[in-house]
Amino acid sequence: MTVLEEPTAEVEHGESVAPRPVRSVPVPGDRAFLGLSRAGGTAVLVVFSAIGLFLAIRGAQAIAEAKLSFFTTQAWEPDTHHFGIAGVLTGTVLIALVAVTISLPIALGLSLFISEIAPAKIRRTLISMVDLMAAVPSVVYGLWGLFFLQGHALSVSRWISTWFGWIPIFHVAGAQPTNPLASASVYSASTFIVGLVVSLMVIPIQCSIMRESFSQAPAGEREGAYALGATRWGMIRSVVLPFGRGGIIGGTMLGLGRALGETIAVILIISPIYRINLHILGSGGQSVSALIALLQGDSSGFGISALMAAGLTLFALTLVVNLTASAIVARSRSGAESEV
Amino acid sequence: MTLLQFPGTTRQVNAQPPVPSPPPQPRRRRRLPRRDAMFDLTGAVIAGVSVALLLFGRLAPFSAPFGFVVVAYAVFLLAYALLVSLHDDATAVKDAVITVVLSSAALVAFSALLLVVGFTLWRGWHALVHLNFYTHDMSQAGPLSPLSAGGVAHALVGTLWTIGIALVLTVPLGLVAAIYLDQTRSRPSRVVRSVVEAMTALPTILAGLFVYATWILTFGFEKSGLAAALALSVMMLPYIIRTSDLVLRLIPGNLREASAALGAPRWRTMWHVVLPTARSGLATAVILGTARGIGEASPVLLTAGFTTYMNADPLRGPMVSLPLEAFKLVQSPEPNMVARGFACAAFLLLVVLTLFVIARIVGGHGPGHLTRRSASRIARASKRDIERFARAGADRPSIVTEDTA
Repeated sequence: MTVLEEPTAEVEHGESVAPRPVRSVPVPGDRAFLGLSRAGGTAVLVVFSAIGLFLAIRGAQAIAEAKLSFFTTQAWEPDTHHFGIAGVLTGTVLIALVAVTISLPIALGLSLFISEIAPAKIRRTLISMVDLMAAVPSVVYGLWGLFFLQGHALSVSRWISTWFGWIPIFHVAGAQPTNPLASASVYSASTFIVGLVVSLMVIPIQCSIMRESFSQAPAGEREGAYALGATRWGMIRSVVLPFGRGGIIGGTMLGLGRALGETIAVILIISPIYRINLHILGSGGQSVSALIALLQGDSSGFGISALMAAGLTLFALTLVVNLTASAIVARSRSGAESEV
Repeated sequence: MTLLQFPGTTRQVNAQPPVPSPPPQPRRRRRLPRRDAMFDLTGAVIAGVSVALLLFGRLAPFSAPFGFVVVAYAVFLLAYALLVSLHDDATAVKDAVITVVLSSAALVAFSALLLVVGFTLWRGWHALVHLNFYTHDMSQAGPLSPLSAGGVAHALVGTLWTIGIALVLTVPLGLVAAIYLDQTRSRPSRVVRSVVEAMTALPTILAGLFVYATWILTFGFEKSGLAAALALSVMMLPYIIRTSDLVLRLIPGNLREASAALGAPRWRTMWHVVLPTARSGLATAVILGTARGIGEASPVLLTAGFTTYMNADPLRGPMVSLPLEAFKLVQSPEPNMVARGFACAAFLLLVVLTLFVIARIVGGHGPGHLTRRSASRIARASKRDIERFARAGADRPSIVTEDTA
């Protein structure tokens, strides 16, 4: 067991006595048990670092060939050695940003609703519905986005681009807002629609992290706020939200990490292009993961190496985002390490 | 809270003259009666919808359904604030309006979920009702074949193989890693926890790309069900570790301390106290991990290849799983293929829903809660113990001290 330190006992005439050293010597069974569990923990670390390592080894050839132009070229033609992820990476980040912008208010409201407003009786059901939302296969979300949402979202796209088209990212090339017979296809297959679908996939992740941190707001402070005359919203604003700030930031970033890597829905909905397209409402875009999934089957040799390099970039990006997020969440949850 | 009474203090308290108790006050009403709140809400809803109907139907040339909802919602909020302000002050109005806003965020999320599930089941129904959908593969069915020919039996078999192998790999490793996180509170274990948490949001395609880079390109194996299972394992492992870690953290510390105080070594505490207490939670963790893994198409896309033929050997030849089959089918321009794709997705969704119902039944109660069966099992065991003690007591009337270990 852990080393126990006895508090320095005060003897009656004021002299302090040195603590008796207590040391634990694990029995053989315990030594094996701790060794096994440590091996398990190490194995997990090894597997996850191997991901980065192998992607780097396989992608080295392409990176050595393209050098820094890998990050600035807006094309993907590895056979003529003219390739880079500038356009694709921008597309990935744009999709993720759109998704998080839409999902953040909904996830925040949903998690506050579950942890503060919903009656305790239905809370468990709501939580498992959120879990279900996370477990709905992404191909199902993709199908829904392609066959159902796209048709309904086009009018929203048209409305935004008509009234806010003067903001560069909402501008749509070839849109004819004054022509009632104009085809809506300039708005389809866009970053915005993919972002809408992906936002549904990240809501549950963000929500569960936020809800967990909200539920750890101490009861004493809650009751204190009520005792001072706060309404429920006053209590939420002065107690729950400050205590949950780490969870909100961390959960949002974990959602961002998840949104950066979505594959299937992107392939199904977006029409792939490899240059930078900042007009999120207009047709065309691409993400790194969709690029890998689309081209892996027909590539060989150098093409695969280029894809591995793209994968490595995605890995590094999501790792940075996710590690920052989980560090923030872990710091906000520091109380959970102590036992009751 | 328990009040400890010491002999000295009791006497002091008793010595004081009794305070005359204040006259009983009526209990304060903290919020409005339910009925009034309901009236406020209903009235505001009616106001919102009517104003939007008036605007969109009569007064202005608006048409978009989305705009209708936005206008109706805005008017609803205004009307609700107005109604509440008739009988409450500004603070209470703010509270009421924000409560409604938060609830509507939840409403949006859950109705999106219902729409997704409902739409998929509705579109998939036409092909799901054909029995051959579950028993045939797609090798004999062309793009124009009717729904009464061809099916996804090969994808079913592939899903069973890949998820089965993945579970065999991830459950032991995931549990051991979760136990590691539970047992050690050191710097390395915090690193592992952060990495695991970060990996739960790892792009699933990278799990596939990793297995492709190692298993297929470096070790030279062919694309197969096993490779897909490896990719799924890499993807599922962090989920299982994270959820099991959360479950183990919920075990009350005094159970472990009681076990340690009885002299049990750590592995016995884990095996006989912590794991049995957490059993339902751990089962839920595994089931939820399965639900995640079973629906993931992108790792399988890179590692399993694609086939329309039945292949029951996970070691050789391409294999296909249900989500991948759905993904490939809906990319066809033929309506029948799209219908099959939807049916595939709907079937997958039903599997996930079933897994969730099972998880709910298994994990429907907190740690330490006993089902009737486990309670009677414990009762039987302690009855046996009493008999054993009685026998031991008859043989040896002195108190047993040495062989309690």
